[in-house]
Amino acid sequence: MRRYPSAVAGLAVILFLVGMALYTVVTIPYGQVLQDWRAGEHWRMHPANARPVWTDRLFGGNAPPTLTISSDAADAEAARFEGGRQVRIPMAFDFAYDDFPSELTLFLGVRGTERPAFVEITWHRPDGSDVRLGAHRIAGEDRVSISQDRALEGRLGRVPHIGLFAVDPGAPGRPEVLRGTYRLTLDAVLFDEAAELHADLVAFGRVHGIAGTDHLRRDLMLALLWGTPVALAFGILAAVGTTVTTLVIAAAGVWFGGLIDAAIQRLTEVTMILPILPVLVMVGTLYSTSIWLMLGVVIALGIFSASIKMYRAMLLPIRNAPYIEAARAYGASNARIVMRYMIPRILPVLIPAFVTLIPTYVFLEASLAVLGLGDPVLPTWGKILNDAQMQGALYNGFYYWVVAPAALLMLTGLGFALFGFALDRIFNPRLRTA
Amino acid sequence: MVPVPQEPARSQAGRDMRQVYLFGIFVARRIVALVITVMIGVYLTIVVANMGGQVDELRLIQIRADVTEEVRADPGVSPAERQALIERRVALEVDRLNLDQPFIWRSFDYLRRAMFLDLGRAEQMHSDLGSRQVSRIIVERLPATLLLFGTANVLVFFTSILTALSLSRRYGSPVDRAVVALAPTSAAPGWFYGIFLILIFAFVIPIAPPGGMVAVPPPDDALSYALSVLRHMVLPVIAIFISSIFVSIYSWRTFFLIHSSEDYVEMARAKGLPERMIERRYILRPTLPPIITSFLLMLIGLWSGAIILEQVFNWPGLGTLLFQAIGHRDTPVIIGGVVIFAYLLALTVFLLDFLYALLDPRVRIDPEGSGR
Repeated sequence: MRRYPSAVAGLAVILFLVGMALYTVVTIPYGQVLQDWRAGEHWRMHPANARPVWTDRLFGGNAPPTLTISSDAADAEAARFEGGRQVRIPMAFDFAYDDFPSELTLFLGVRGTERPAFVEITWHRPDGSDVRLGAHRIAGEDRVSISQDRALEGRLGRVPHIGLFAVDPGAPGRPEVLRGTYRLTLDAVLFDEAAELHADLVAFGRVHGIAGTDHLRRDLMLALLWGTPVALAFGILAAVGTTVTTLVIAAAGVWFGGLIDAAIQRLTEVTMILPILPVLVMVGTLYSTSIWLMLGVVIALGIFSASIKMYRAMLLPIRNAPYIEAARAYGASNARIVMRYMIPRILPVLIPAFVTLIPTYVFLEASLAVLGLGDPVLPTWGKILNDAQMQGALYNGFYYWVVAPAALLMLTGLGFALFGFALDRIFNPRLRTA
Repeated sequence: MVPVPQEPARSQAGRDMRQVYLFGIFVARRIVALVITVMIGVYLTIVVANMGGQVDELRLIQIRADVTEEVRADPGVSPAERQALIERRVALEVDRLNLDQPFIWRSFDYLRRAMFLDLGRAEQMHSDLGSRQVSRIIVERLPATLLLFGTANVLVFFTSILTALSLSRRYGSPVDRAVVALAPTSAAPGWFYGIFLILIFAFVIPIAPPGGMVAVPPPDDALSYALSVLRHMVLPVIAIFISSIFVSIYSWRTFFLIHSSEDYVEMARAKGLPERMIERRYILRPTLPPIITSFLLMLIGLWSGAIILEQVFNWPGLGTLLFQAIGHRDTPVIIGGVVIFAYLLALTVFLLDFLYALLDPRVRIDPEGSGR
């Protein structure tokens, strides 16, 4: 083993991926990932298109993460009046980052009453100036998108989440961040004595987690993690499904010969004529893009693939070998001869080919997803790439969105290919260098 | 293998005639076999694309809805008359599309038309000249695909063969080891490298266009048009090149290594023949059939890889067309694309057989291979 460092490296990568896949499947159940990846509300507290934290810090950046300031921590003052309460909630937070938040939203909830509350919002900047953010009628769960307040944008001269945090919002050129303690005061009138006002001020960040987020605020880490078992399962199942069945069929054809062999040969030629990717595209367009259906079609088309011809050429000389003659002499059945005598003989050639085939199918799945024919519900690496492509990630500079899934794909490809090429040299000594 | 009976009295011309005759028989048999193969393949495609006839029911509903919509706004028609009108027009349309016949009959009609490349009319898409004919749409896109993939394949093929030949001589050298080490990079397809090439050479260091085939607006004179196409071709060609060159060199090098240790090559070396002559006559000549096979097989492989690469580079070829057809759910175009791909593959296979027969006389006599 020590003579083949590339085999060790490849195996290490494969084991790492398998470990990651197992960890993912155990910690995040299948049902949950389907639900989370679809649900929009689940991600409302996440920033959209945020970079990974580590890439920012690596290049010496100090971009803000998402800050959530809850009213639970604030010292609310309350005053009763006839038929209701008046509440003042000051919410304070420190902001000492080099960049502006990407969005500013206030989530408000009035509990214990049907009647809408009246809330007035004021913004206190560290330099002592105040900005009125207007008054709102809030019923039930509601949100105030401060970033989308056109009137406020007009007053500040800039988008609110920049204008509210800038040293001098009116100045031309690049705005500068005003560091210090900001406060948001809610003056609310609740028309019920039992009513409660709950508020969350969210200053959405520019960075998030290890993998960042996409345009729908979803944490890419979830998709990157879940892409691993999906990719491995697809690659391995497709490779097993195509190589093993193909080999058995080729061996049976060679052994029985005659009509069976001729039928297999003609079927192989028909399948060779059918272009795999366009057929998959057609099936995906007309029927369903479920990854499991795709897997079935890949296997179905792969059974009578061109490699039958190759196996046949390898098996033909074996057919009349003396040891097979011996097996017939002792009365071995046809099935036994095919399975126990013919197939094992060409396994050394097959195993490396099998290992190098796995990444081909992993990339095939990614290719389909990039074409927009990815699984409709499961997150996969290819689907992240497709989303990124659709949203013009490279054009907008969201490099992380493309690089992370691509790197994982490449890692999988390299791992299996390294291992497969090394196995090839181990099993077929004529290929050894020096 | 059946030995050809040869009479000593037969003249040279007569033997040549016999050779040509055998060759003709062989070619004819292969053509018939391939046509049948293509027919089965296309028929399968048709069945899949029509969901075994289920699409017809959808089509009937669609026809009824369209007709109802057209008639609905007609003033001065009583409800009974309107109903009769709808029925009549639906019946006309059903008759026009032969929808009253069982699917099995129509499927053969579709097959006949597909085999003669009468691919029908597109539902949504049209060619740049405005034609709705699927064949026109496809023919318009074909040259772009052929240009890009032809160039890239020829480049990869000759570079890898020549490099492999020289590497097999310098077996175990640092360059050789580097190629072996780099071979696994070919696990990723061309479009994958394409994404990064675009990222680096179109956005980070903008020296090449990120996609498309010519500049917008296209240059007027032919020379600058060609130059513009060339500039747009650079990145996709490099992407294909990177994704296939190392594994290609690796496998050829292995192949030549095995062949250059054959006894007859050793013998030639022992005779003191020059290295160039050994390469040409003793290594390349007997290995020519597998070299050509793999060249054509590579073509087949790249046909299908083309869809995504073209999509990534926004190259207006068959792949992009198919991708757009998916977007429009334009079934005739999708089927047409598959049929064209099937034909291209069949043509490749035929060329393969033909060249084989030219290069290796044994094939002509026993087309199924001598192992039987």
